[in-house]
Amino acid sequence: MSETSLPTRGPVRLGLIGSPNSGKTTLFNALTGLRARVGNYPGVTVERREGDARVGDARLRVIDLPGIYSLSPLSPDEAVVARVLGGEVAEVPPPDGIVLTVDATSLERSLLLVAEVLRLGRPVCLVLTMMDELRARGGQIDQARLADALGVPVVGVIGHRGLGLDALRRLLPHPERWSRPVLLPPSDPRERDGWLASVLARVLTRRPGPSRASEAVDRLVLHPVLGTLLFACVMVAFFQLIFAWARPAMDAVDHGVAAAGDAVRAALPAGLLSDFLVHAVIAGVGSVVVFLPQIVLLFTLLYLLEDLGYMARAAFVVDRLMGRIGLEGRAFVALLSSYACAVPGIMATRTIPSPRDRLVTILVAPLMTCSARLPVYALLIGAFVPAVPVWGFLGLQGLALLGLYVLGALAALGAATLLSRFLGRGEALPFYLELPPYRMPPARLVFSQVWGAARAFLRRAGTIILAVSIALWFLLSFPRPPASPALSPAEAASHALEASAAGRLGHALEPVIAPLGFDWKIGVGLVASLAAREVMVATLAQIYASEDGNTASLREAIRADRDPRTGQPVFTPAAVASLLVFFVFALQCTSTLATMWRETNSLRWPAFAFGYLLVLAWGGSFVTYRIVSAIAG
Amino acid sequence: MNLASPQLALSLADLPVGGRAVVIAIDAPRDLARRLEALGFLPDTEVSCRRRAPFGDPRVYDLRGTQLCLRRAEAARIRVALR
Repeated sequence: MSETSLPTRGPVRLGLIGSPNSGKTTLFNALTGLRARVGNYPGVTVERREGDARVGDARLRVIDLPGIYSLSPLSPDEAVVARVLGGEVAEVPPPDGIVLTVDATSLERSLLLVAEVLRLGRPVCLVLTMMDELRARGGQIDQARLADALGVPVVGVIGHRGLGLDALRRLLPHPERWSRPVLLPPSDPRERDGWLASVLARVLTRRPGPSRASEAVDRLVLHPVLGTLLFACVMVAFFQLIFAWARPAMDAVDHGVAAAGDAVRAALPAGLLSDFLVHAVIAGVGSVVVFLPQIVLLFTLLYLLEDLGYMARAAFVVDRLMGRIGLEGRAFVALLSSYACAVPGIMATRTIPSPRDRLVTILVAPLMTCSARLPVYALLIGAFVPAVPVWGFLGLQGLALLGLYVLGALAALGAATLLSRFLGRGEALPFYLELPPYRMPPARLVFSQVWGAARAFLRRAGTIILAVSIALWFLLSFPRPPASPALSPAEAASHALEASAAGRLGHALEPVIAPLGFDWKIGVGLVASLAAREVMVATLAQIYASEDGNTASLREAIRADRDPRTGQPVFTPAAVASLLVFFVFALQCTSTLATMWRETNSLRWPAFAFGYLLVLAWGGSFVTYRIVSAIAG
Repeated sequence: MNLASPQLALSLADLPVGGRAVVIAIDAPRDLARRLEALGFLPDTEVSCRRRAPFGDPRVYDLRGTQLCLRRAEAARIRVALR
């Protein structure tokens, strides 16, 4: 029988904590489905994830806290956990109960964290994850004895198969009824070590052996020579696959956008409204959405490598290299994440405990080739680099793209070396990295992460980029010159564009960008792309559509474009190379600047990053333009 | 520090690949010591050196059911006795 309806009581708040790789996120997804709310903790930008669940009549709110090894914090992530559990974060009331996930295969290591959490004196429920893996590795934990020794409920689960979740769900709505320890674990280190040993002796009836499968894979993956080679192969394959695999889906989106434009044009009378809808709204958003397949593929691979356990190995393999430029292996993971987008990459630096390493990583992260550059690279490479095979599956276009990635990475390494020297040696903070056993991540886990990333990208396309696209349409359409019957329609359109506010801005920039081989149209694109790099493509689409007034693809249009005065192509090989180099270096992304501002708590660092990267971009483009002109001319 | 005992001279960083040892103590500033403890380097913990990265550093250690990667600088802070 259900209890008499109480006045609306808030949901039961549960704080989900555990060490990294303890299956915490899998459990969070299993409990809450895919409806997590993602935000930030006030003051810091540690990601805050909360999700709701229902068990019978009870409403649960699960707060997914960052992974920690200890409650005494070294990094901002860990500090947030300590503060939330201590009720020190104003917007996040302390949870009613703590759900602590422990990887059953590493109970020996995690028991110290368990002791720390128990000492908080709050209701705690221990969830043992990876129970199947423990068994497969010949280990055994006596759960009843563990519950007895700790004095708190213990539930064993196999998260990805949903086993044990029902028992857990029955417990969760009532943290006030959870058993509490009669005696807390001792705080004195010597006594505590004795307590840990005695508990382990009682409950860990068989220690798990090493994971044979992981061991076998690691013999290859971590081999000094083969492992390094594999690392290089994974990176090369990564980019070739993203470039080639996404093509059919991108073409499909492209056709859809063109069809939508045609439909609007057919339905509405020719004029400003139709022009606005087709060129500002549909073309603007469409030319960004077309890259969604690529971004989804990129994030899928990135999360898959992370969840499989390869990312930690990659950090191990390159730690020595990163050490040489004054950083550590984990910075590599943050930098590799920046390949998707500098924003999550900069957020990933929060796992780096040393403030100096963190700052350097943040400042060089924008040099890693993010996915927002892909639209620009894809347009220019697709239009100007012939699609011929070079070696095996590697084509010239893929090779050109790889070259841009390598250039960005080398620049990041160089900048990191200089910056870590320039910013002085910070106090030495420890480097440590756990190599989790290889695990096939549940499809749902990867899907939910990729979905989150794709949604964030679309939101950006829908807000910033649409706003910029609309503002640009106005800049490109007004002021309108008086009609002149002497000109042909194409000439009139071109004349109108040059007379518009955007045209004037592009012309005003010409003295600065002419040494780089850019004309005023590229200048307009560069100004617009300060909002976000991919806006460059939308802007060029708008400029060329408004100039030619036809629907030929943008690639064709820029290839055919000629300077009306000289009759020479606008996009010469030297100008294309120069423009690509500009995009390798320049920090044209408001989201990145905003994230830097939040992460460093100062406007100084985003300003510094913007400045040094702009100087680098201009210098790099200038040199490239000279060299390629000399070779090609 | 008592340097008379031969045990004290051996640090985890000196452990060869494949070697096994037992943690005696951690000689490090408080924050680092607490973190190494949280990662499992408590007294009497069995540790073995599993492998080294290309160019020798960092190394992977097996302890308490996990594999942990440490650089020489941190491993040198952990006093061990050979098994």
